[in-house]
Amino acid sequence: MADLSTISFTLNGRPVTARIAPHHTVVEVLQNEFGLFGARESCGQGLCGCCTVRVDGDPVSGCLFLAAFLEGTRVDTVESLARGGVPSVVQQAFIEAGAFQCGFCTPGFIMMTERLLEEHPDPDEDLIRHYLSGNLCRCGTYPEIVAAVQLAARRKSEARLDKAS
Amino acid sequence: MSVTLLKTHPLMPNGQVGRDVPRLESMAKVTGREDYTHNLRLPGMLHAKIVRSTVAHGRILSIHTEEAAAVPGVHSVVTCADIRTIIPEPYFGPAFHDQPILADGKVRYVGEAVCVVLSHDPHIADAAAQLVLVDYEELPAVYDEVEAATSNVYVHETLKPAGTFPDLKHLEGKRDTNVALDYRLIRGDAEAAFAQAAHVFEHDFTTQQVMHTPFEPMISVGEPTSTGLTIYTASQSPSFVRIEMARLLKWPENRIRVKTSHLGGGFGAKLYIKLEALAAALALYTGRPVRVALTMEEQFYTITKHATTFRIKSGVDTDGKVIARRCDVWWNGGAYADIGPRVTQKSGFTAAGPYDIDNVYLESVAVYTNRPPAGALRGFGIPQLVWAYESHTDLIARGIGMDPVEFRRKNILRDGRPHATGTVMKDAAIPEVLERTAERIGWDKAFDRGTGTIRRGRGIAIGFKASISPTTSVAIVNVSADGSVTLYSSTVDMGQGSDTAMAQIVAEVLNVPTEGVCVVRPDTDVTPYDMATLGSRSTFHMGNAVRLAAEDAKKKLDDLAAELGLPERSNIPVDQLFKKRYGMQAGNVIGIGSFIPTYKSPDHDTGLSDNVTPFWMIGATAVEIEVDTETGHVTVTRMVNVCDVGTPLNPKVVETQISGAAVMQYGFTMSEKMELDAGQVTNASLADYKIPSILDIPPLMESEAVVATQHSGPFGAKGVGESATFGVSPAIANAIEDAVGVRITSLPITPEAVYRAMRAAANQPLEDF
Ligand code: FES
Ligand code: FES
Repeated sequence: MADLSTISFTLNGRPVTARIAPHHTVVEVLQNEFGLFGARESCGQGLCGCCTVRVDGDPVSGCLFLAAFLEGTRVDTVESLARGGVPSVVQQAFIEAGAFQCGFCTPGFIMMTERLLEEHPDPDEDLIRHYLSGNLCRCGTYPEIVAAVQLAARRKSEARLDKAS
Repeated sequence: MSVTLLKTHPLMPNGQVGRDVPRLESMAKVTGREDYTHNLRLPGMLHAKIVRSTVAHGRILSIHTEEAAAVPGVHSVVTCADIRTIIPEPYFGPAFHDQPILADGKVRYVGEAVCVVLSHDPHIADAAAQLVLVDYEELPAVYDEVEAATSNVYVHETLKPAGTFPDLKHLEGKRDTNVALDYRLIRGDAEAAFAQAAHVFEHDFTTQQVMHTPFEPMISVGEPTSTGLTIYTASQSPSFVRIEMARLLKWPENRIRVKTSHLGGGFGAKLYIKLEALAAALALYTGRPVRVALTMEEQFYTITKHATTFRIKSGVDTDGKVIARRCDVWWNGGAYADIGPRVTQKSGFTAAGPYDIDNVYLESVAVYTNRPPAGALRGFGIPQLVWAYESHTDLIARGIGMDPVEFRRKNILRDGRPHATGTVMKDAAIPEVLERTAERIGWDKAFDRGTGTIRRGRGIAIGFKASISPTTSVAIVNVSADGSVTLYSSTVDMGQGSDTAMAQIVAEVLNVPTEGVCVVRPDTDVTPYDMATLGSRSTFHMGNAVRLAAEDAKKKLDDLAAELGLPERSNIPVDQLFKKRYGMQAGNVIGIGSFIPTYKSPDHDTGLSDNVTPFWMIGATAVEIEVDTETGHVTVTRMVNVCDVGTPLNPKVVETQISGAAVMQYGFTMSEKMELDAGQVTNASLADYKIPSILDIPPLMESEAVVATQHSGPFGAKGVGESATFGVSPAIANAIEDAVGVRITSLPITPEAVYRAMRAAANQPLEDF
C-alpha cells in the first residue's frame, strides 16, 4: 500500500507529529496514533456527525477529512473540553438535561454546540435545530439536546453578566 | 420543544429509587472517553472484511480467492471449508440452527457473508476483498411473505429448530415449506359470532422492512487465550453468546469468556448471536485476535425488522361492542430465522389488541424469504401489530359513527378480565393510559381543523405487549470492607440507563448513595447469567434479581452485626463492622439474587395459557397533524406519549426512553424503508435511508408515565424501553383520515402515498409508474 509521510499539527493545544498514509482519515489517525476515540465513525459518509472535530475552529467530518490535510492546522477534539476533570458548560448542560442515551453521537453534538454558542450566544429553538441538523442521534434524544443547548446558552450568558458586573 | 413528565411519582424512603439520577457514565459519555468495544485494539490483531453474496438465492459453484490472497499484506482468505476445521457443524441461531457462519455451498440473500479476507490493515483487507470472485448458479427467489407461505420456492431444504424451545420441536426435519412457525389461538367461536354481528369489518395492513441502524456499528473481536477464547463484543446477550459458542465448539462454557462494554445503541440488532461465531472461528483458525467490524451499510445485510402483512376482521354488535375478531399475520423473516419464530408467537398472541373480545381466532406465521434476516427491533413485533389493529379500530369507530375514544373505552381490556389467551389482566393500566392520553391531547376540546390547503387532524392509538417469559436473571452484590458497593450483573447498558437504574435499586436497599455504587460491565467470567437485554425485560427481571441480591447482602451484614454482639439497628458504619470482625480492613459480604417468574406455555392446539406473561407494557400516542393537500406532506405538530411503566425507578431516564422510543417509531412511520431490487437493498446508507433528524421531529413532544404500580416488580417498576413505540404509526394514520378523509394502510406514510390516496378519493387517481 501507499508510502507513509509525516505530518505536524497542533492537537488539543500541543504540537504533534504523525506517520500517515494518504488515504488515512482524521478519525483513524486520532484513534490509532493518539488513542483519542471521542471522534468516531458511524455512517462513514459525512451524514451523522459522530466524527466531528474542529480544524482551525471549523467543524469537519473526521470520517471523510483526510489526515494529510491536517498539516500545519490546529485540531480540537471533544477530549480538549473538560479541564482538570471539570466538564465544559456545554458538557455539563448535556449531563443535566439528560441529552444522550448511548452516547455515541454525543461528542459530535457537543462539538457543534460549542461552535454554535460561539457564533450565536443566544440562539432560538429554530436556530438550534437548523444548526444541529447535520448531526443525527439514533436514540432520539433531540428534545433533550435542544434543552441542553438552551441551558448552556443561559449559563454562558449568566457567566458573561457576572464578569461584566 | 417541551418534554414533561408529571412529577407525581414517589421517591422511596432512602431517596435513591424514584430520583432523577444522571446516568452514572455521564462524564465518560460527554468527554468522549466511553470505552465502546469499537475502541478495542489488541496486539497482533487482524481485521476481517466480509465478501458478500450478490445474488438472492443461488448455489455457489466456486470461490476464486487466489488473487485476493496474493495481495501483499493479506494474511488469508477464509471460506466455510476453513471454518469447518474449527467448527464442524457451523450453523447457529437462537430459535433455529439454520444460519451458516459463512455460506455453505448456497446463498439465501443478497449480502450474505460468503468469505472473509484477513489483514493487519483494514484497508488492505477491504481492497483485497474486491478481488474475490464467486460463481453462482442462480435459483428462483421469493421475497413476499404471503407468497412465500405457499410458494414452491423453498429457502431452506429442511427446518432445523434449535431444540431450546419445546414448542418448536415438532418442526424438526420438516421439508418443503417456508413456514418456520405457525401459532394459532382459538378463544370462543369467532365464526359463529361473525354470523351474529351487526357489522363486520375487514382490512389489510402492511409494514415495511426497516433496520435498527445502531450508531456504533456491530462489532465482535475474538481472541485466542491460554484457556480457550475471549470474545469482546457489542452484544445485548453475552450469556447467550457464551452458551451458543460452547455448543458450536463443543467446549464447556467456562473456556469461553464474553465481555461487553457499553453499547452505542442496540435496539435488538445486537441480540443473541451475530458476528461472534465468525470472530471466534477466525481467531481460533488464525491463532490471532480478529476484529470483525461492520460498516453502517453492512448492518442492513445483517439484521432487520420484519415486514408484515396483517389481515384483520371484526364483528361488532349494535351497541358498538366487538364480539369477534380474526387476525392473520404473516411475518417476513428473511433468509434466517434469528428470533423471528419467537416474535411470531410471543407478540402474535396479542394481535387482537388490548380489547375485551370473547371470540378470537388468530394465526401468526413466521415465513422464510430471500431477504436479509429479520429479528427483534424495539417492540419485538408489537408496533407492526398495533399499526394494523389500531388503524382497524379507528375504521370501525368511524364506520359505526362512534367517537374513536368512546369506542375504545367501550371495548378496553380492564384488570380482572381475561385476555384472549385466558390470562387474567393484572397491573395493566390500559384504561388509565387511554384516558390520560385523550385528556392530554384535549380530545373533548374544540380543535382547529385548518383551512385552504392546510388541513388539521387528530388521532389516537393504544397498544400493549407481554413480557417474554420464562427468563432468568442472576445478580451479585459485593460489599467491600470499606463499605463500598459493587454490582455484578450481565444486563447490558446500550443507552437505556440500566446501570444507573440497577445501582439505584442496590443503593435504595443498602441505604447508600447511588453515585457511589460501581456497576461491573458484563463479563461471563465475572458477572452471572442473564437471559439477555431485550424486550424491556431487564428492569423487571434483573431489577428483581438485583433487589434480592442487595437484600441478601443486607441480611448478611445484619447477621454479622448480630454475631459481633451489636444491638439491632445499632447503625454501626459498615467499615467498622468489618474492622471489628477481621481486625483490619479485610473481607467482604456477598449477596446473591436469582429471579425467574412463573409462566405457563400456551397450549399447542388452542394457544391458550392462564399465565402467559409476568407483566404487561402499555403505551398510547395522540397526535395533532397538518396535511398539505397540495403535496400530501404531513407535519406532526404535537405528539403526546403516555405509558404504563409501573413506578419509575428514575423518572428522567423513563422520560427519555419514552420520547426516544417515539422518535424511533416516528422514523419507521414517516420515512424509513429498505428498498429492495431483486433482493438487493438499494438504499443501505444513511444518505438514502432516512432516519429522523432534529428537524423532522414534532415541535411539541410530551411524555407521561401514568401513576401505576407493578406489584411484582422491583419497587413497583417494570419495563419501559419499547412502550412508546406502540401507538405512533396508527395515531398518525388515524389523524390523516381525520384531516383529509383518506386511509393509509401501508408504512411508511410518505407524502406520495398521502397525495395518491387523496387523488384517488377525489376520483382523479395518479398513474402508477
Ligand atoms: S461517521 Fe462521519 S459523519 Fe457519520
Ligand atoms: S445517544 Fe445514542 S445515538 Fe445519540
